[in-house]
Amino acid sequence: MASRGTLIGAAAFAILAAGAPLLPQWLVSLSTIAFANALVVLGLVILWRTGLVPFGQALFYAIGAYAVALLGRYTPVRDVFVVVIAGAVCAGIVAYLVGFLLARYREIFFAMLSLAMSMILYGVLVKTETLGSTDGFHVEAGSFFGWRPQGAMRNLALFWLVLGCCAVAAVLVARYFRSVAGALAIPVRDNEIRVEFLGISVDRLIHLKLVISGILAGMGGALAALAVQHVDPQMAYWTTSGGFVFVTILAGAGSVAAAFVGSLAFELVRSIAVDLLPGAWQLILGSALLLTILFLPEGLGSLYARLRRRKEETAP
Amino acid sequence: MSAILSVRDLEKTFGSVVAARDISLDVPAQQTVGIIGANGAGKTTFVNMITGHLSPSKGSILFEGNDITGLPSRTITRLGISRSFQVAQVFPSLTVTENMWAAAAIARGRDSIIARALTPLDTPEAKTEADAAMELFQITRYRDARAVTLPQGVRKLLDIAMAVAGSPRVLLLDEPTSGISIEEKFGLMDVVMSALKTRRITVLFVEHDMEIVGRFADRVLAFYDGTVIADERPETVLANPRVQTFISGTKPAGEGAVHA
Ligand SMILES: Nc1ncnc2c1ncn2[C@@H]1O[C@H](COP(=O)(O)OP(=O)(O)OP(=O)(O)O)[C@@H](O)[C@H]1O
Ligand SMILES: [Mg+2]
Repeated sequence: MASRGTLIGAAAFAILAAGAPLLPQWLVSLSTIAFANALVVLGLVILWRTGLVPFGQALFYAIGAYAVALLGRYTPVRDVFVVVIAGAVCAGIVAYLVGFLLARYREIFFAMLSLAMSMILYGVLVKTETLGSTDGFHVEAGSFFGWRPQGAMRNLALFWLVLGCCAVAAVLVARYFRSVAGALAIPVRDNEIRVEFLGISVDRLIHLKLVISGILAGMGGALAALAVQHVDPQMAYWTTSGGFVFVTILAGAGSVAAAFVGSLAFELVRSIAVDLLPGAWQLILGSALLLTILFLPEGLGSLYARLRRRKEETAP
Repeated sequence: MSAILSVRDLEKTFGSVVAARDISLDVPAQQTVGIIGANGAGKTTFVNMITGHLSPSKGSILFEGNDITGLPSRTITRLGISRSFQVAQVFPSLTVTENMWAAAAIARGRDSIIARALTPLDTPEAKTEADAAMELFQITRYRDARAVTLPQGVRKLLDIAMAVAGSPRVLLLDEPTSGISIEEKFGLMDVVMSALKTRRITVLFVEHDMEIVGRFADRVLAFYDGTVIADERPETVLANPRVQTFISGTKPAGEGAVHA
């Protein structure tokens, strides 16, 4: 039995997929990046629900992206499905390993440790000449089961790929939120001692969240690398991580859908702001975040819940 | 009669502070043990060691014949020893029902985190169990209230109800009536103790109120300065002059201070 949210989500994905060929090129490209990044945001939402904010999630984003780039450079593997899964798996493995340390920390220590780890990767990438140092390097165009679309068709195909990945991720994460491990996010945030004394390890719960969010970030990075056809150390830099945190706060941790809506809204506002006020787009984005925090402290996602509540209140 | 819980030569030091020493005792199944002692006597430290919150510096703890000394608290919980806290530990932003679901769901599942990610939280079994527990502890009428808004007594009951969700065989209650008015204390203890009796749980409870101890305990441990100075039936312990001097604060009539 599908819930109302699932139906609305499925309809939204179907409309986007069917309507994409009618959209202008720039909007397709923008949405591709927005939804690839939304996967990273979805991972942050998982952590944020327990009160954890990693300032270095770009670590996993960059690992996913570089995995795709390296596969293109050193192996004959070009299939987009294979390279995206490879990017996600690599990031997941790194998340599993750093999770042994990270899962023991909370609050600002967690945030800073995560930041430190991403900066180590950034430093390594900048110093590695075979990987193009600060310039990064080119990412080979992928093939879709042997099909190699060009130009506008390639953009569309990538958009559909990203949408497909997002749909799968949305379904799985929504299911995870209803599971014991996922639903304990608020209890963990509220009272770790009680959770431990009920018989479950908080550190292990957080470790699992780290791995899931790492996989999502790696998948997002892999898709972004394919879309941009270029990787560089900037993908691991703290401003990239900060951008993801920004969108997470904009979106709110209330629902899976919020990550996608928030990410799309962010990319749209940014692109419009850059067009209108090239020198002051940060000002506009900053104000948007400020207004969100002031008037929608639970993020854009809470808007829908509010509207629904109002409708219920006015219903006869 | 074999003991469900046995403690041998238990000791805990914090730097130079000796919070527990030379504690040895056996608790038979389904006994109700009251623990008394002045502030800082080591009652909470004792409870913390049994439940794995603190590792003893020395000594051993056996539960149903198995050594559980120094195991992590969640393992001890899963083995069958549960506890409530001096300050009630609940999930403030969840409702009473959601608190109970969380407790029931955690208690039912296997230890694997992956398995936890694949089982839904609100299974019909967990819901039924949560409903039954709320009935048993008489908190059903608060079921939709957020825990943060609960009166102190109800929050204490919720804390204990959550601790019982895992069907423990031994339950340790650290000051179940602290922060509760004199009038309400007996009512709360009546609810708790009769609930625990129906579940046949062995209980150790820390309590400052001697009347409550006398009414509900089968046996009393009197703590003083980290060690047990009396361990007998309540009426005997409460009449013990040392206990009266050091713990209940009432000097026995006609006697001066008794030196330890
Ligand atoms: N974590 C700790 N670090 C240092 N000293 C501690 C710690 N926990 C307890 N103590 C000390 O151990 C002694 C026993 O404390 P404990 O909390 O067990 O007493 P209590 O009998 O529960 O007292 P109360 O009635 O106030 O709850 C006290 O002197 C206390 O200061
Ligand atoms: Mg105490």
